Amino acid sequence: MTDVGNVQAGDVGTAQVTARPTIAVVPLKGLPIVAAVVVFVITAIAGNWLWALTFCHVVGGALWTAIDLFVGLIVGPILARLSLPARAEFTARFMPKMVLLMPTLVLMTLAAGFQLALKLGNLSPASPNHSWLVVSYCVVGVMAVIALGVLEPANIAVLFEMRKPEPDGTVIATLMRRFILTSGITGVMQVATLIIMTRVATQ
Amino acid sequence: MSAGPAAVPAPAISRQFPPVAELTTVSLALVVVGGILMASYAPRHPPIAVPAALAVAGALLLLASGYLLAGVRPFAWERFFLVFRWALLAYAISAGVIGFAFIKDHTGGAALALVLVMLVIYALDVPLVIAFTVARYASPAGHAGS
Repeated sequence: MTDVGNVQAGDVGTAQVTARPTIAVVPLKGLPIVAAVVVFVITAIAGNWLWALTFCHVVGGALWTAIDLFVGLIVGPILARLSLPARAEFTARFMPKMVLLMPTLVLMTLAAGFQLALKLGNLSPASPNHSWLVVSYCVVGVMAVIALGVLEPANIAVLFEMRKPEPDGTVIATLMRRFILTSGITGVMQVATLIIMTRVATQ
Repeated sequence: MSAGPAAVPAPAISRQFPPVAELTTVSLALVVVGGILMASYAPRHPPIAVPAALAVAGALLLLASGYLLAGVRPFAWERFFLVFRWALLAYAISAGVIGFAFIKDHTGGAALALVLVMLVIYALDVPLVIAFTVARYASPAGHAGS
């Protein structure tokens, strides 16, 4: 995931965020949708159902890549220029949705993609796509470690910080810096994914 | 890192903690690399020596993280466990779906056992790093501000 805040140290003082909305770290209304998606993915894998596997992989992957690049390249820089209260309010409403959305898209894309590659024979060493897929595993591996080990913890910690009666702007800024530092790597990996997947689809 | 139980902690941002998040993230990276190695052989049976070594190293780093974390005083344990258990539920489901795919594809024997061990490490690594990151900035029980 990408730069969604760019909050600078000391920027978010207590005065600016006292009128912020109540923050739900995990939006409970979204959980049934996530559950439905997970059940659909499991059904697609269990039935080795070509259309459903393709749907999950293409739709999930397209949304994952598009959201990552859009947030990193478009939303992030705009957000960085907003007023502090606007930035805090946007972040408070936006980040909880990302907590549910991105892991769901990643699970949908990867689980269906592996099964799809197996079904279509792309995993076979004889397939011209095999080496491309191994490279894609590496790209996904880099993104997974960054997303799960660096960004997701920061995302959730920011939400908990913003729930406090007096959020510490320095803590938020420190955590948000992770998004800035990793957004370049994530962007390059997503572009690499686009290149690899369009190669795989056309060989 | 460790102060007496009654000590007032330094402000969250300036407190020094053991490298729990770093070790756990490296542990996660090792099992991801092991998973990539195994997946690159699918649908053939992969050689498991290197992935097994990576899984063992990942498990050791996870244990080291847990050990270092257990020594942190004061710490917002209540907040830590609140986040850890919900994240564990989420990532156990995620690991379960991945494990299901491997079982469905007739992965068996030592390779399946190794995949399951890696998934267990993954399902513990991610909640641990999330919960630690949240709790390190929370005020421990008995201290104001959380």
